[in-house]
Amino acid sequence: MSTSLRNNGAFVFSLAAAVLLTTGLGLALLWAPEDADQGPSQRIFYIHVPVALTAYLCFGWAAWKAFRLLWKRDERADLESYTAVHMGVIFGLLTLITGSIWAKISWGVWWTWSERQLVLFLILFLFYSAYFMLRYSTEPGPRRARSSAVYALFGAVLLPVSFLAIRLAEQLLHPAPLFNRDGPQMSASMFITFCVCLAAMVTLAAALYLIELTGKRADASLRELREHLA
Amino acid sequence: MSGYLTDVAALARKDLVVELRSRDTVPAMLLFVVGALVVFHFALSEDSSRLAAAGMLWIALLFTALLALVRAFVAERDEAVIDGLLLAPCDRSAIWLGKTLSVFAFLALAEAVALPAFALFYDPVSWELIAGVALANVGIAAVGTLLGAMAAAARARELLLPLLFMPLAIPIVVGGVGATLAEDPSRYLGFLALYDAIFAILSWASFEYVVTE
Amino acid sequence: MIHARGLGRRFGEKRALTGVDLDVDAGEFLLVTGPNGSGKTTLLRLFAGLIVPTAGELEVRADRARIGFLAHEPLVYRELTPLENLDLYGRLYRIPERRERIGMVLERYGLWEARREQTAALSRGMLQRLALCRTLLHEPELLLFDEPFSALDAAGADLLLDELSRRDARRTIVVSSHQPERLGDRPTTRLSLATA
Repeated sequence: MSTSLRNNGAFVFSLAAAVLLTTGLGLALLWAPEDADQGPSQRIFYIHVPVALTAYLCFGWAAWKAFRLLWKRDERADLESYTAVHMGVIFGLLTLITGSIWAKISWGVWWTWSERQLVLFLILFLFYSAYFMLRYSTEPGPRRARSSAVYALFGAVLLPVSFLAIRLAEQLLHPAPLFNRDGPQMSASMFITFCVCLAAMVTLAAALYLIELTGKRADASLRELREHLA
Repeated sequence: MSGYLTDVAALARKDLVVELRSRDTVPAMLLFVVGALVVFHFALSEDSSRLAAAGMLWIALLFTALLALVRAFVAERDEAVIDGLLLAPCDRSAIWLGKTLSVFAFLALAEAVALPAFALFYDPVSWELIAGVALANVGIAAVGTLLGAMAAAARARELLLPLLFMPLAIPIVVGGVGATLAEDPSRYLGFLALYDAIFAILSWASFEYVVTE
Repeated sequence: MIHARGLGRRFGEKRALTGVDLDVDAGEFLLVTGPNGSGKTTLLRLFAGLIVPTAGELEVRADRARIGFLAHEPLVYRELTPLENLDLYGRLYRIPERRERIGMVLERYGLWEARREQTAALSRGMLQRLALCRTLLHEPELLLFDEPFSALDAAGADLLLDELSRRDARRTIVVSSHQPERLGDRPTTRLSLATA
């Protein structure tokens, strides 16, 4: 019963993600006005930034589930946290790829250390790859669940700390105020397009998360069943 | 509270005595850090900047610290002595704090050789650099000890620990290099202190979870 | 003292222990037998709180400070002397009049002469005696002995049997052994584990 409900959730999210993605891409390509400075290449912004925000969301969700595991001893949270990290890494990798393409188009190079978000994602990518190493080289069990949870929690703390570190590292070579508030100005149509794309990516991540979680849970129950029969 | 601190003191003192008898870790760290400083001379060109030398020093310190961290729980793991400590009624975080203190002491010993060697081979050592190293040690020892306990349960633990540690050490390197080179090092020293506070509390609170099976 | 229902523990894919139901009252003496790999060690480690169950329920009504666990390994530092090892544990267990108590157990288990030698230099039998000192140092109420006779010489085994004969209503003893005949009629309850 509960499994079929969860499957329905995944189905609804998948459908919503498909609709939103089509709409978002349509808006981004056809409706949103062209950027005065960067021309059509700027439209990758509507993919790159929502993907990045979704990755943050996944890492945050993973940390929240990790916290639940440690605090409430909710054992199901182990698989949830792991799946969320998995999604975060996929979207993080997409962020790196789209960011790299954007850098190539804008500055003619595939990589630039001056793009903070890109550098941050590189650090996060290293961090969460180590998370997978930790999981794969430790025997499954309560200790692995807790160690992974602690590491996932560290990730959520490392994120803002690393962000600050990247700002500070830039300061060393080019002194400037630490925080500035002159973000890019968006017109209303750009903002709407951006919001639709963001919603699309978040829904896509949620759908993938639920599908993978269902699969992993089925795996686990199958293993238990097989053991009972053995 | 005083009971907690006497537990910590007993545990840290035990680590120092074990190291004094076995001499497994600190001599290796000393040799490694000096060796690294020599190797870097050949890796850098003669007219390299101060920036490069400072960055190199921090890399050398970081990798030397990894030696100490990889060895940190060897005595506890080899004969399962960690079980004896976990059986004892002391707070588990006291085990972390005791180990963190002894790792800090080993790092300080290695740096007591590394910094004069750096001054001799490359650039003079400033007070800001010493302050930066001291603050960085706190963060390295705190986070590294937790990760060391985490990796102790894994198969390829000697390989895993550097992988777990490296991304978390990046902010330490930023703070350290900044404290060494910036015109206003206080900002970077402040950042290191912030890092120490955040991650020490986090490691202290989560140690119990990573050692129990 | 100990209540277990459907107690089980898995290590990765491997099941080390399954479906143990057990009640041990204070003052009882439980003997756990079974072939190698039947989960005797896992059961005692669960009682000691060193590992948590992955199935079923377990309640052990003893404070950590009141449990003494003799494990496979002596759980002492090879680089320290017997005296230093016991001093560390004595501090962690907050034993009043630590020095006197340490001297007493060292004397009792014939380690007084060797108290300042390096533990690494001790023979296997001496190490096991040191492990007994560590286990009994804080006068535990729940004693858990995992294969205590292994590596003990005849004199050491006699000392251990003496200790196991000291019984009162507050002392609960659990021993796992594949030589149950050595315990005579001391055990009051028995649990036989089959290979999982």
